[in-house]
Amino acid sequence: MSEGTLYDAVWDRHAVTELPTGQTQLFVGLHLVHEVTSPQAFGMLEERGLDVAYPERTHATVDHIVPTADQSRPYGDDAAEEMMAELEANVGEAGIEFDDPTTGRQGIVHVVGPEQGLTQPGMTIVCGDSHTATHGAFGALAFGIGTSQIRDVLATGCVAMEKQQVRRIEVTGELGDGVTAKDVILTVIRELGTDGGVGYVYEYGGEAVEAMDMAGRMSICNMSIEGGARAGYVNPDETTYEYLEGRDGVPEGEAFEELKAYWESVASDPDAEYDDVVTIDGSALEPVVTWGTTPGQSVGVSEPIPAPEDLPADKQDTARSAQEHMEVEPGDTMAGYPIDVAFLGSCTNARLPDLRAAADVVAGREVHDDVRAMVVPGSQRVKAAAEAEGLDEVFTDAGFDWRSAGCSMCLGMNEDQLVGDERCASSSNRNFVGRQGSKDGRTVLMSPPMVAAAAVEGEVTDVRELEAVTGVEA
Amino acid sequence: MSPSTGGGSADGPADTVREVTGTGVPVRGNDVDTDEIIPARFLKVVTFDGLGQFAFFDKRFDDDDEPLAHPFNEERFQGASVLAVNANFGCGSSREHAPQALMRWGIDAVVGESFAEIFAGNCLALGIPTVTASREDVEALQDFVDDNPDAEVEVDVEAEEVRYGDTTVDASVDDAQRRALVDGVWDTTALMAANADSVEATAASLPYTDD
Repeated sequence: MSEGTLYDAVWDRHAVTELPTGQTQLFVGLHLVHEVTSPQAFGMLEERGLDVAYPERTHATVDHIVPTADQSRPYGDDAAEEMMAELEANVGEAGIEFDDPTTGRQGIVHVVGPEQGLTQPGMTIVCGDSHTATHGAFGALAFGIGTSQIRDVLATGCVAMEKQQVRRIEVTGELGDGVTAKDVILTVIRELGTDGGVGYVYEYGGEAVEAMDMAGRMSICNMSIEGGARAGYVNPDETTYEYLEGRDGVPEGEAFEELKAYWESVASDPDAEYDDVVTIDGSALEPVVTWGTTPGQSVGVSEPIPAPEDLPADKQDTARSAQEHMEVEPGDTMAGYPIDVAFLGSCTNARLPDLRAAADVVAGREVHDDVRAMVVPGSQRVKAAAEAEGLDEVFTDAGFDWRSAGCSMCLGMNEDQLVGDERCASSSNRNFVGRQGSKDGRTVLMSPPMVAAAAVEGEVTDVRELEAVTGVEA
Repeated sequence: MSPSTGGGSADGPADTVREVTGTGVPVRGNDVDTDEIIPARFLKVVTFDGLGQFAFFDKRFDDDDEPLAHPFNEERFQGASVLAVNANFGCGSSREHAPQALMRWGIDAVVGESFAEIFAGNCLALGIPTVTASREDVEALQDFVDDNPDAEVEVDVEAEEVRYGDTTVDASVDDAQRRALVDGVWDTTALMAANADSVEATAASLPYTDD
């Protein structure tokens, strides 16, 4: 087992006791709540006559079902309105702080936690959402849970967990121009497999990760679950502390320094022992796009799509059906794959730096005639900050729709959905069949600049070539 | 602030699940994700009631709601309670709606090559064992069930075996899951609520809870 890692340190600090099942009862420092996975948990609590144990350590937002165009109440979709009303009633009764859209703080749960400074190093963080690992970017131990576990956390402030192994993923070198955190994590998932992380927590490090801003680190940790790892983290450093200082949920002055000492103390020791170590050469990466229907089915934008028979035996059937669904041919590159929709959003890639990177590509260009393109900022604050910089005009001038914050077309639980067999260049995290709201829809995952390039060209395009041709600086 | 220690759940005390016996249904393929098990549009609900009819919905029905070929639609598999699947089943979202839909369709145990962790945890919370076996053994079980839809399959959690016809398969059940199911201690809310004082102490010891 691992020793001296951040995972070990945070685990030990939060372990309450061992349960008869052999699981550890782990105290939860921050419980994030949204409207889709929580109502049944509140219902179970009520059935048992239990109260919310730690409302002050619980924070709610609305994101999955919220409309991104017309947000006036009641929502146009009755089911969405019912879920919103249920959440309002539940958090109101329990005394849980709630970022409803009138607060100006509403947004995707994995965007609002960090930007309000609720997410901090050395915390345990849970949410009924598999992308909770996002918060690991701060050196927190963060993982997604199911609704029955939400009930546990609401009722007891704890989860029952088994300790896992730790795999260090070392990304060496410097990323090239046009290569982003998204390309790193898609590569990790392709190399280690969609189930390679089962039983592991991923620790991401190395020169390329250390050089990333917090948004990049969040993109990487966010998709840990796509590689089977329930949690992923980056050790906290000066980049982390600078990001946090001055945010709402973070104390100032001496209290900040005291907290920072704790944050520094939980980072992995230089001689920490890992259960596994994997090294990836970051300097060798190019922009990565998916060709299939799992996030592990990806390829560099200039590389040929693999033939199913060249893949391991257990991957061949999935690859065949994926290529049929996507209408791609082995040997072709994904560059040139026509697209109908460009979606810039999601908990993976809808933070201010993501929007800036995409806007740099879009500036002075127009969305292709055959493409409908939308930007869905990760939160109301991201939206406001982007508008203060004029990014909204860059996007709308080019022909993008500029929306309000929510999960939107990442999973199609609101009105933002693919129609029929549309092909979508998407900055989101899952390309599963049906994920974006149409079972015949096709999703190609990529970084925000690559989505921008696809939007203007009408096909998957190597963003680096786009820059070379036109001389626009990224 | 201090949680009460309500014993048992509203739907009865936590029973033990030593063994699940019933007819089987095979759903083949690796990386079957939770969007496939239950598409997101069916998550727009505030209870889990009635989710069973939506299990694998987009694989079972076309755009006009006409049935497609899918084991969950086949007459011979109606009433099945043991689901036989392949690798990385249940990957993707944390939605408990996925095992809830399967359970409400009638599934009481799942046998597969491997499971996504959150999915397996969600199953445990519902008392549904997720039992793993080798690829060859799982495929043989799927073939058997296909040929013998009326035959019983015994999923023995305690002995870590799956038995059908004349065959006994060595299976694995995660240690904590086996203990929880066999001893009937998978109601973690009651278990953990009993330790409220220790939780307070742990919380107070953390530097970030001073606020």
